[in-house]
Amino acid sequence: MTTLIDSSNRPWKVRDKSYQAQQLLVHAGTPLAAVAVVALTGIKGMSGLFFTWLFLHLITGALLARFGKRRYSIANSSLQVLMVACITVFVTAALSVLIPVFVKGISAFSSNLLFQDAALVEPGAELTTGGILHALIGSIIIVSIASVISIPVGILAALYVTEVRGKLTPYVRFFVQAMSGVPSIVAGLFVYAAFIVTGILPYSGLSGAIALSILMLPTVARTAEEVLLLVPDDLRTAALALGSTQRRVVRMIVLPSAGAGLVTAAILGVARVAGETAPLLLTAFGSVSINLNPAAEPMSALPLFIFTQMLLGEDNDVARAWFACMVLLTFVTVLFGVARLGLSRRKMG
Amino acid sequence: MTETLVRDSLENGLVHLEAKDINVWFSSKHVIENISLQFPENSVTALIGPSGCGKSTFIRTLNRMHELIPGAQLSGEVLFNGNNIYGPAVDPISVRLGIGMVFQKPNPFPTMTIRENVLSGLKLSGRRARDEDSIVESCLTRSSLWTEVRDRLDSSAGALSGGQQQRLCIARSLALNPEVLLMDEPCSALDPSSTRRIEATIRELSESMTIVIVTHNMQQAQRVSDQTAFFLAEENQPGFVVEFGPTDSLFSAPNDPRTEDYVNGRFG
Repeated sequence: MTTLIDSSNRPWKVRDKSYQAQQLLVHAGTPLAAVAVVALTGIKGMSGLFFTWLFLHLITGALLARFGKRRYSIANSSLQVLMVACITVFVTAALSVLIPVFVKGISAFSSNLLFQDAALVEPGAELTTGGILHALIGSIIIVSIASVISIPVGILAALYVTEVRGKLTPYVRFFVQAMSGVPSIVAGLFVYAAFIVTGILPYSGLSGAIALSILMLPTVARTAEEVLLLVPDDLRTAALALGSTQRRVVRMIVLPSAGAGLVTAAILGVARVAGETAPLLLTAFGSVSINLNPAAEPMSALPLFIFTQMLLGEDNDVARAWFACMVLLTFVTVLFGVARLGLSRRKMG
Repeated sequence: MTETLVRDSLENGLVHLEAKDINVWFSSKHVIENISLQFPENSVTALIGPSGCGKSTFIRTLNRMHELIPGAQLSGEVLFNGNNIYGPAVDPISVRLGIGMVFQKPNPFPTMTIRENVLSGLKLSGRRARDEDSIVESCLTRSSLWTEVRDRLDSSAGALSGGQQQRLCIARSLALNPEVLLMDEPCSALDPSSTRRIEATIRELSESMTIVIVTHNMQQAQRVSDQTAFFLAEENQPGFVVEFGPTDSLFSAPNDPRTEDYVNGRFG
């Protein structure tokens, strides 16, 4: 038997007739008015309808909130509508980036795209020839090398700032923040000028990785610092009071407590640079065939591949670029998802 | 331990720990002025006084935890078995091994199990235990937690209640076999029944170790301590000791009118 909930047991429900009329006016009246305005005036389209309705809703709500009954309830519902409207605008923008990428990417799909390189592909060639494998492998190699450089250095910098708290702490913090403002093309130019022009390194995956590591380092260091600051000071004090050296405090207490968060810091760093194009233009340079050696010969990467394919301009080339976009976007989204999951677990635990 | 025994040990020179003319500054702020206290072997000393009068700061000077605070300064000596722990050749880590500390807020290590928490002091100080099981059992027994956790030693310490966590922290300190145990308001975050258990633990431990306890609870000071020091600080002035003596006489017949007012609840 279902339990009947007597509405009289919920005294907070409003049963005021004039208030209900006001609510009806706001929630049902304004859409109708918006439809009428769109039909009678020059305003056109769905977005026209949406913004007309939003405008009318907010005006009505504001007037009722000023002069009507139960002002706070009306103000409350108007603000809710405003918030939902803002969220709608934001989500629409995000979806209008995501949906075309996936629609165009999937429509270009052909299995060879994932398993072949572009060595034999003429501009405008059919989608059934060649693929993005060289770019995918290049991305993985370059990002891996950048991670090997940046993750340990970034975490050590964060440990210096949060645990050692030495004399250089403010300078380390300052440089990390300054580095996070470096435009990505400048990182590429730096490696070009310092390593490639001087002949220390050729155009290669390694050069590209160094450029990316410059961008990755501040992300890793700042996220790791925040995560390490979440470790309660009580635990450090307790460990020191048990006769621990600082090194053991870090190794046995701080790092295990911050573990999941540090993984997140590393993932966010990877996601930050996986889609970078500019720093690779002058360093990895790009190629059309698979190159497994990061120390010699140019290497391709997904963002570079997308850039060059788009420039070719033929329909099939552009379609290949969209497919590469989809692969890159999927990769970065999955990384961010994993990182989010790690962070939320961290907070619960 | 009775009052006369404390007096005897004081008179016979069995002072285990002694603070001599301790002054403390944080940057330029003078927070403790000329405190000299003696802690006889196997005695319990209560430090009482209103908030902000330097009790917690003082207790941290007794095992060199004070110097970890940025801007901290100190003058004076702390003699532990006759040796100044602030002497130039003394390693603060060896001081903290001999003089353990329990904090106001229970702070077991959340990533470790109950068993690992008890043994954490040994691991953190880089020592190897011969018989870990017996250390775990004896420390938990001495902190009167053994019967409650014997069946779940491998579960996380975070699942224990606040009072159990605090007794686990006591057990963790005991694993290092300290001669002195400093307790900074160990019961202030606990309910009355947990408090009672910790007080019973303190009395048992005092048969074999010297204990210094900061407390805001005057009944607690009367229940557990042999001698009491009453701290006070005027506004924006450093804290000092108004009166120091056997607990019974300090509470029943205080020499200073401020002590009398405080122990009778007229301020603070």
